[in-house]
Amino acid sequence: MLENYNKAFESRIRLGVMSVLMVNESADFSTLKSLLEVTDGNLASHLKALEENEYVEVSKQFIGRKPNTTYKVTPFGRKAFEEHLKALETLLKK
Amino acid sequence: MHDKVLCMGNHLEELKEIRSMMQKSTRFISLSGLSGIFAGVYALIGAFVAYQYLEFYGNIRQFFASVGLNTLNNKFIFFLIIDASTVLVLALGTSFFLTARNIKKNNESMFSPTAIRLVINMMIPLVVGGVFSLILLSYGYIGLVAPSMLIFYGLALINASSYTIRDIRYLGYLEILIGFIALLDSGNGLFYWSLGFGVLHIVYGTYMYFKYEYKKDA
Repeated sequence: MLENYNKAFESRIRLGVMSVLMVNESADFSTLKSLLEVTDGNLASHLKALEENEYVEVSKQFIGRKPNTTYKVTPFGRKAFEEHLKALETLLKK
Repeated sequence: MHDKVLCMGNHLEELKEIRSMMQKSTRFISLSGLSGIFAGVYALIGAFVAYQYLEFYGNIRQFFASVGLNTLNNKFIFFLIIDASTVLVLALGTSFFLTARNIKKNNESMFSPTAIRLVINMMIPLVVGGVFSLILLSYGYIGLVAPSMLIFYGLALINASSYTIRDIRYLGYLEILIGFIALLDSGNGLFYWSLGFGVLHIVYGTYMYFKYEYKKDA
């Protein structure tokens, strides 16, 4: 069961990002930042890691002149997170 | 042994964090129970003023059971619209102020996606109900106005409950129930309006205040 405990979700920030994206269709950078109470650089590097794992997908667009980056969980990411949750619950039951 | 306990604590923390993030990112939790109490008090004062006014110039039961527009009915309708609007503005203003105070405490934002979603989803049934009631009034269907206000308000609360503290759903069910009773017991609109917007708000606001805020305030 431990093999399902996903190291990619070990950090509080990555765990938080995934939790938010699981229950929201999408979230933009500033929303994630204020929910998780982290700095820009810190959040960006964790998002990058999740993106590289193909757990989240990024889309960039402009609202007026301001760039706006939104994040979505991929089906692959959803599955990985669900397995991680199951692993957590099993670990707690032991 | 010690290691295992520590580890379990961490996993528990992790699950708690997941739960809290899911909750925080979908629900706006800073709605203040106190604002419910104030809204209820304003509604009761508004209803009392309306009662005095209607009884002074005519007969309240007769008015609420009547259909159609005439000089006296127009005068009453005009007064009731002013009266109800004042109650609404006072209630919204107070609730805005108290919610802003809670926002600081909970580290939320007035313009967060959760707050905006809550307002939009609450406003849709509310605005529809408001327009619907005004159209009823314009035809002189006086007795139908209080019940429809109660029913649409109940629907608004149920709709909004997906985006804030879930408990307001039950207040919504009760408002709809009172709305239907008012619909069947015509002529007593003002009484049911006071019950739904006044008494229920005070009871519910008190319950919510003690359940969610009292400990944090102390």
